[in-house]
Amino acid sequence: MSNLLAFENVWLEYGEKIVLERVDLAIAERSFVSIVGPSGAGKSSFLRLVLGQEAPTQGRILLDGKRLTPECGPDRGVVFQRYSVFPHLTALRNVMFGRECTGAKFTARLFGAARRAAAEEAEAMLIEVGLGDALHLYPAQLSGGMQQRLAIAQALMARPRLLLLDEPFGALDPGIRQDMHRLILRLWREHALTVLMVTHDISEAFGLGTRVLAFDKRRIDPHAPHRFGATAVYDIELTRKTRAASPEIPEEVLRLTESVITNTQDSL
Amino acid sequence: MRWVNVRPNRRNTLLLGAVPLLLIVVAYLFASAARHAANPSDKILPTPGAMVEAMRSLLVDTDPLSGHLIFWADTLASLERLGMALGICALSALLVGMVLGVLPAARATFGGLVTTIAVIPPIAILPILFIVLGLGETAKVALIVIGVTPFLIRDLADHVAALPPEQMIKAQTLGASSWQLALRVALPQALPRLIAGLRLSLGPAWVYLISAEAIASDIGLGYRIFLVRRYLSMDIIIPYVAWISLLAILMDLALAQLSRRGFAWAHQASR
Repeated sequence: MSNLLAFENVWLEYGEKIVLERVDLAIAERSFVSIVGPSGAGKSSFLRLVLGQEAPTQGRILLDGKRLTPECGPDRGVVFQRYSVFPHLTALRNVMFGRECTGAKFTARLFGAARRAAAEEAEAMLIEVGLGDALHLYPAQLSGGMQQRLAIAQALMARPRLLLLDEPFGALDPGIRQDMHRLILRLWREHALTVLMVTHDISEAFGLGTRVLAFDKRRIDPHAPHRFGATAVYDIELTRKTRAASPEIPEEVLRLTESVITNTQDSL
Repeated sequence: MRWVNVRPNRRNTLLLGAVPLLLIVVAYLFASAARHAANPSDKILPTPGAMVEAMRSLLVDTDPLSGHLIFWADTLASLERLGMALGICALSALLVGMVLGVLPAARATFGGLVTTIAVIPPIAILPILFIVLGLGETAKVALIVIGVTPFLIRDLADHVAALPPEQMIKAQTLGASSWQLALRVALPQALPRLIAGLRLSLGPAWVYLISAEAIASDIGLGYRIFLVRRYLSMDIIIPYVAWISLLAILMDLALAQLSRRGFAWAHQASR
């Protein structure tokens, strides 16, 4: 397994405030990386950097050995907690959107055989995520879980090198969340995806990930808390065996991550 | 049951809505009858019969001077001005509003200009329009356009700029260019908002139309009202005002229907 994504001494600063410091990471291809940590520890900033919404203040981010341009592109797909589908398009058109953009530069609409091919592919993708009955419904007619399934199908159509999930199941009911976990694991395996998932749910992080990154500040200056940034303080590889045999989180790991949370809450 | 929980059904809503309108009509009829009992030649509150009589000549008799059926010619002239003005408003607001909403750089450059133009009271620059554009149709249409467009542009630009950033990011990760983003993501979501903005602008648009017609015109609903005011012809003014209200209501309903038919997705309650 080669490294798909590499962070080399990455810093992110907003003026005086240092959000991320000295992030050095290598993400292997086909891994499922969960990112946990308390609020304000730079999880979302980390994801924004990978997405290209922001550029690092220092350091380099490499995707496939090439430096990332600070702009979103079709090599990185994303699913947000909300609002990541287009309300004015039916489920089918939502999933066809990417194909239409790359296929027709000016009109962004396909016609004839190209359109039929895209529609067939989109339909297959929707059936795969379990939305075969909802092809012609608008997002407002879908439940929260169905909207997230749609967002995932839409992202997968572009065949991204990297799939970024920003608390994708945070707004869903627990039962639905379990279904979504099974779905994302199946898609991850079948499509040979590399996934980066930010989550607040520790058991979700350990249940799904092959690797868990916990972001937090390493040092805290009580007089100027904004002068130290967060970084990946724990980097836990989970072997396939641990994950398959016991989806429960190992006791010591749970203590570890809990201490991450409580420590930072004390400091806040 | 508490008053806040009393909800009339569809039929009762229509009936309840008609009650105040009917009350006003009845009150008018009583007042009119009372005044005519005191003074049979009263002009201030004409009876329905007098209104029908006065309107008949305008509706069916050809005016010997101009060769028009005056009422219909007035209506046509006013609707033409209004339609042309609202069309120009909608197109230019869509174009400028989209550019300002989608491109932060354009917003930074021209946002202040649009806001500045929007705070000028349009009636105050009516003399400038008459001086620059003459007393013809152009000045009247221009007044409506200047009065309504800045509001529409600001409303549309704000709406487009406030679309969830997640959507814009998602579109870019699916390979959309700036142009495709504007065309396929922003534009379809801007159109229902434009229609809603037009509906709200109908009131001001009529105000500007009638002002322009009152000051310099030889035909039009506003012109007629201000012309017959000299003769205290309430028997013409009142039917004209009622007709203008009816036209405004019909235009509003037509736009609402257009939005519901064309953009059904925007009218579904989200779950």
